[in-house]
Amino acid sequence: MSLMSRTARAFFMKELLEGLWITFRYMFKQKVTLNYPFEKGPLSPRFRGEHALRRYPNGEERCIACKLCEAICPAQAITIEVEPRDDGSRRTTRYDIDMTKCIYCGYCEEACPVDAIVEGPNFEFATETREELMYNKQKLLLNGERWETELAARISLDAPYR
Amino acid sequence: MAEFWDGYLWPTVWTVIKVLAIVLPLLGGVAYLTLAERKVIGSMHLRRGPNVVGLWGLLQPLADGLKLFLKEIVIPTGASRGVFIIAPMLTLILALIAWAVIPFSDTLVLSNINVGVLYLFAVSGLGVYGILMAGWASNSKYAFLGSLRSAAQMVSYEVSMGFIIITVLVFTGSLNLNDIVEAQRGMWYMFPLLPMAVIFFISVLAETNRHPFDLPEAEAELVGGYNVEYGGMAFALFFLGEYANMIMMAGFTAVLFMGGWLAPFGMDFIPGPIWLILKVCFLLFIFIWVRAAYPRYRYDQLMRLGWKVFLPTSLIGVIFYAGVAFYGGFAPGMQ
Amino acid sequence: MVVQALAFYLFAAMTVASAVMVITAKNPVHSVLFLVLAFFNVAGLFVLLGAEFLAMLLVVVYCGAVTVLFLFVVMMLDINFVELRQGFLQYMPLGATIGIILLAEIAVVAGGWHFAPEAAKAAAAPIPAIETMTNTHALGAIIYTDYVYLFQSAGLILLVGMIGAIVLTHRKRAGVRRQVIADQVNVNVADVAEFKKVETGKGV
Repeated sequence: MSLMSRTARAFFMKELLEGLWITFRYMFKQKVTLNYPFEKGPLSPRFRGEHALRRYPNGEERCIACKLCEAICPAQAITIEVEPRDDGSRRTTRYDIDMTKCIYCGYCEEACPVDAIVEGPNFEFATETREELMYNKQKLLLNGERWETELAARISLDAPYR
Repeated sequence: MAEFWDGYLWPTVWTVIKVLAIVLPLLGGVAYLTLAERKVIGSMHLRRGPNVVGLWGLLQPLADGLKLFLKEIVIPTGASRGVFIIAPMLTLILALIAWAVIPFSDTLVLSNINVGVLYLFAVSGLGVYGILMAGWASNSKYAFLGSLRSAAQMVSYEVSMGFIIITVLVFTGSLNLNDIVEAQRGMWYMFPLLPMAVIFFISVLAETNRHPFDLPEAEAELVGGYNVEYGGMAFALFFLGEYANMIMMAGFTAVLFMGGWLAPFGMDFIPGPIWLILKVCFLLFIFIWVRAAYPRYRYDQLMRLGWKVFLPTSLIGVIFYAGVAFYGGFAPGMQ
Repeated sequence: MVVQALAFYLFAAMTVASAVMVITAKNPVHSVLFLVLAFFNVAGLFVLLGAEFLAMLLVVVYCGAVTVLFLFVVMMLDINFVELRQGFLQYMPLGATIGIILLAEIAVVAGGWHFAPEAAKAAAAPIPAIETMTNTHALGAIIYTDYVYLFQSAGLILLVGMIGAIVLTHRKRAGVRRQVIADQVNVNVADVAEFKKVETGKGV
């Protein structure tokens, strides 16, 4: 690399022009933007989104109020209260998740022995008020009903690796 | 009464109409320049850019303008009220009044004054006041630092710009912009004066505080630079001023080096103003292109480039081209 | 002519008013900004006189460069207004004396023209008719012919002043690591980096 060619390179701004040329070529390339609300990217079956409480196919709720999820929750976002139901089975009277505290780590899902609490594929649950993000049992069960087919499919897809 | 009408009133009204005919399209151009910038940079980043508001996002500038217009203007405590309010107005006004002397064709110019080049140079130099005043009046250290940087930068790069303008003037022998355009009939100055034209363009980037010299607003370190404390319409004025300034400097470059309204290759069937607009658009595209391609300079690198590279180079250029003009017999008045 | 007269009085009044504000404004930054306004109006007066070159030069040099540097310094000064007031009476006699001397000198010059009308003509350089050449040409013709040595020596004095200021403020510190951009630019990828194909599980 002689002095001459180095000087020529600097004088004709070779590197700068190369940089310009690269950006210019990129201008005509295929765009990678998804047209978001209308197009969405693929989601893994392990994606951890909005929570849901599932039921058995016969309509009985899965949760047995073992409180493992409450214990493992690192953000302490889950609050559970228990009382025996009329038929003597152990059920929750209160199952609240504070979605503003939740860090979406998925530990609750892993701790659950009966696959009751799961994190679904839904990530579009923005609200206008903070209060709406304090989920109670009713809301979580409703989520479970709404997403059940997809939740079941996701669990069966991921089952071989568990 | 008739004499008063013919003598004073009608010329005044007619001038106002002409001013509006320049300023209104210019403001529209500024609005769509912001859209073009976002679209072009988006493309270069493999993104789409705004495409939701209106067809292809064409109404986006209007939506942005409306949003800024409806926002509240906050004047910080401890701010110097008068200066704080005047600064954004000054920025926009200075960017607009420069158009008074830019010729759109041999007859189509608002004010064909003898010292057009100096006028443009003076107006672009005054732009620093809007920024300095805004930074100082905001009573905020980030704004102040941004404005100091900007002022130092603009003053530095103006020096080499002045020298380059002198090289052009050596060949034209006139400070009148129309004469400069006419002198380029044979060949645009861009080709014989290529190194000067490149340095001029880079200095223009620095002068308008554009990337890669946008140190005054350096989001990463100074939050937003001299206009951090501004919001709503006051901020919009700064924004408009900055982009109008870009268009103005592109026009200046087009007149000095690219033959202004002259048609290339004898394509005279397209009128002069269209050619000027096309050239300005081309230069603006380069402005945006450069922004997409290069990272920002560090402040000491910027100053080094201005004082240690551009100033000596342009000084040598002045002497060299003056010699060429003198001994080659290109200088006006030598024939 | 009426419009011109109106414009003259507008510019003149603005000049005087802003000049007064320069010395009466409480905040020094406002003073400098009023100074800019004064320069600007004086430029307007020059335009009215048909000296557009001088007008633009005034704006470029004084408004665009000199006052910006003023503003720079003044903005960064930490000024205590109470202290400023304290010295006022003490320095007033000196300031007043200088002011009176300047006023007297102007009076003498103007009075001289009154008593000897030919003196004014002797002082003024011959102005070519405005139709024959622009004032840029006229100014250049005088500066670069009759007064070329004075003009160049003025430039040299400014250059010496500038070099002096740089020499006085420049200091060389030991142990500073400077960026040598030429070296950085001249680096070749092949000289500083080596590409190796590393097989999985083997390492380099």
